[in-house]
Amino acid sequence: MNAPLINWYKFSSPATFYPLAAKLIPWFTAATILLAAVGLWISFFVAPTDAQQGEGYRIIFVHVAASWMSMFIYCVMAFWSAMCLSFNARLSGMMASALAPTGAMFAFLSLLTGSLWGKPMWGAWWVWDARLTSQLILFFLYLGFIALQSAIDDPRRADKAGAILSLVGVINVPIIYFSVQWWNTLHQGASVSMTKSPSMAQTMLWGMLIMALAFWAYSITMALLRVRCIILEREMTNEWVKKNALE
Amino acid sequence: MHWNSLNDFFAMGGYGLYVWGSFGACALGMLIEPLLLRARRRAIVARVPAKELME
Repeated sequence: MNAPLINWYKFSSPATFYPLAAKLIPWFTAATILLAAVGLWISFFVAPTDAQQGEGYRIIFVHVAASWMSMFIYCVMAFWSAMCLSFNARLSGMMASALAPTGAMFAFLSLLTGSLWGKPMWGAWWVWDARLTSQLILFFLYLGFIALQSAIDDPRRADKAGAILSLVGVINVPIIYFSVQWWNTLHQGASVSMTKSPSMAQTMLWGMLIMALAFWAYSITMALLRVRCIILEREMTNEWVKKNALE
Repeated sequence: MHWNSLNDFFAMGGYGLYVWGSFGACALGMLIEPLLLRARRRAIVARVPAKELME
């Protein structure tokens, strides 16, 4: 008796993925709320006062989480764009479109929280620093992706055009990440990296990681919610939508 | 727990504007987005009967 073959492509079509997303959303919503509660508790009541920045450093808990997510979401968007172009998969294109608005929001929040942190600590809302400038470019790439897709009527062509733009723009993510090492930037270097042990207090580090996980669960929840909307909008005329999708 | 009072907590060591501005903006964004998505879904679901009538 041969081993049971796993159908890896079972959830790769809109019709099969739609109900799966519905099952996943409550779990990721619960994870988001739980992680955010723990993260906020650590941010304000567990993490100690910083020696130099006093209480102002607490912005790190949202600034780093938003910044990491803005870069990570862009990479996931580029991945789905590659799938869309190479396999001509409808759902992949939908996933890329579903991720863009959340990524754009986090890129904006990263710039905003960074600016709110920079004013008291650096004395400036904005400087043309390598890290800040490349993050601004990331924000414009997100807006460009969304604008390009909304400018094209046929969804399939919009997917392809958006996919090309996002793949071209993906080179910007490592630039952002390494900008603090390549150029002499005002923005400090990575306190957390895979190579060396983190140069941060334990509770501050855990607060930051848990908030990042909360933002990650949040992004998944939003992507699943939005991809269900996109599937409905595009597959409205299909029989399966009328039959069971609009419960 | 090193906040002596609620005012102390809101003052946030003098950085209240910046810290609460940051957390507030994130909270705002992460509350509005789900609401917009819910509205978008309702609009789609509302449109279906009209489409079926057309067929």
